[in-house]
Amino acid sequence: MPDTVISIRGLRKSYGDAEAVRGIDLEVERGEVFAFLGPNGAGKTTTVEILEGYRKRSAGEVSVLGQDPERGDRRWRERIGIVLQSCRLDPYLTVRESLALYAGYYQAPRPIDETIELVGLAEKADARARSLSGGQQRRLDVGMALVGDPELLFLDEPTTGFDPSARRQAWETIAGLRELGKTVFLTTHYMDEAQRLADRVTIIAGGEIVARGTPEDLGDRESRPARISYREDGREVSLETTTPVRTLNELTGRALAEGRELEGLEVARPSLEDVYLELTGQL
Amino acid sequence: MSLVLHQFRYDQKAFWRNPASVFFTVGFPVILLLIFATVFGDQTVEVRGGIKTTTYYVPAIITLSVISATMQSLAMSLVIAREDGRLKRGRGTPMPPWVFIAGRIGNSIVVALLMLALIAAIGDLAYGVGFPWSRLPDILLSLLVGTAAFCCLGIALTAAIPSQDAAAPIVNALLLPLYFLSGVFIPDDQLPSGVIHFADAFPIRHFFESFFDAYVPGGAGVSWDNLAVVAIWGLVGAFLAIRYFRWTPRSG
Repeated sequence: MPDTVISIRGLRKSYGDAEAVRGIDLEVERGEVFAFLGPNGAGKTTTVEILEGYRKRSAGEVSVLGQDPERGDRRWRERIGIVLQSCRLDPYLTVRESLALYAGYYQAPRPIDETIELVGLAEKADARARSLSGGQQRRLDVGMALVGDPELLFLDEPTTGFDPSARRQAWETIAGLRELGKTVFLTTHYMDEAQRLADRVTIIAGGEIVARGTPEDLGDRESRPARISYREDGREVSLETTTPVRTLNELTGRALAEGRELEGLEVARPSLEDVYLELTGQL
Repeated sequence: MSLVLHQFRYDQKAFWRNPASVFFTVGFPVILLLIFATVFGDQTVEVRGGIKTTTYYVPAIITLSVISATMQSLAMSLVIAREDGRLKRGRGTPMPPWVFIAGRIGNSIVVALLMLALIAAIGDLAYGVGFPWSRLPDILLSLLVGTAAFCCLGIALTAAIPSQDAAAPIVNALLLPLYFLSGVFIPDDQLPSGVIHFADAFPIRHFFESFFDAYVPGGAGVSWDNLAVVAIWGLVGAFLAIRYFRWTPRSG
């Protein structure tokens, strides 16, 4: 029997006249990395902050670890870890001290050294937070969410603004959480991040869910038309087809018969990025 | 309680490593005392039947130090923590929110006591302003009420500060003029009575008077009416703090 960690039914949130979340349903199972993907302003942070107990909902039912986050008590907070979208850590405390400070808030914290190892900051353990790079600070932030040894971890846009190498390191850290059996609720506006890290992806745009699935079958990519392109007499030719095998056979057969090459021949499925941009109306 | 001590330990570490907080709460009052004592050292102030300027300035600068360690330091550090998102982040943990505030208040109390000892020692050793040991209970009572009240006012003040950049200007715009008008920087005998009346509307003047009475030779000891005014300001601050304090960033 699947063990549901997060369950949302008909969730709505309005700010004055503006409705940021317009009736969404979703479920997250124990042990999965769940990506909540969408462009800026889609309602991701509003949703995740309702799940974390920071905001009150306007309507709908929400259960996180069997409890309504609006009535989340201390025992409930022991079981979740939170990384906010933006948070500057105390610049004058070292990595080890920052983790020890947070470890003290929990009944049964994870050992400090183990946590430092987990987020890959062993070499920086005694460096003050202010001397860390942006990526290292973020990993410390993740460490502070992990030091309480939570079952469920919320990561709100953990790599926004990172350079490629910092992103890769953050990804390794997050991928490592799966090995620990943690359930991770990740929000992001990067398709490749969701694709790389998540077991399941749900896409939100304009406060509504527009697609859900595994990274492979998201947006029904397999059944979408393929694009075949090549050059003929110096012209770019590009055509879309739902039967790429047949079309390709005809094209190459004709070219063979005429004894010429199809220069720059390419067959492509729409990329996940294409599907994402189309679904969220950014195309 | 052990959680408060835990929080307090790390607040202390962060406080002493922050050059700005150490300079403004510890260094600045010492520098002020040295300047005032050097410039006006051999003059007499016409209060309490005439006292040495340095005898006047030692309790004055302790007053400033206490307000600086409590109201000023708390307002600044809490706004910075709030806008950095650290208050919000802390609320996401099992730690009860009041523990965070309690740790910071503990930090303020310890720094205030330390400043009392430091300024009193400088006054004694450098300027011969003896510490009135016999009135230690009066001094501590005055300090206790003042520390509590100005902590509450500092926490309440954060609600009026929209961003980190606005913190120092707002705090200084409130406190600096009142230090001048309340006789902390300029001895009472040189202030027009209208100014004193104006300053009487605010807690700094009353805290200074009560502390001064407890500290100077020939002072009246506990000045209950002044302490009462400080306490009422503290209660108003506590009410405003509970009502308007926020944990989430206002900007960004």
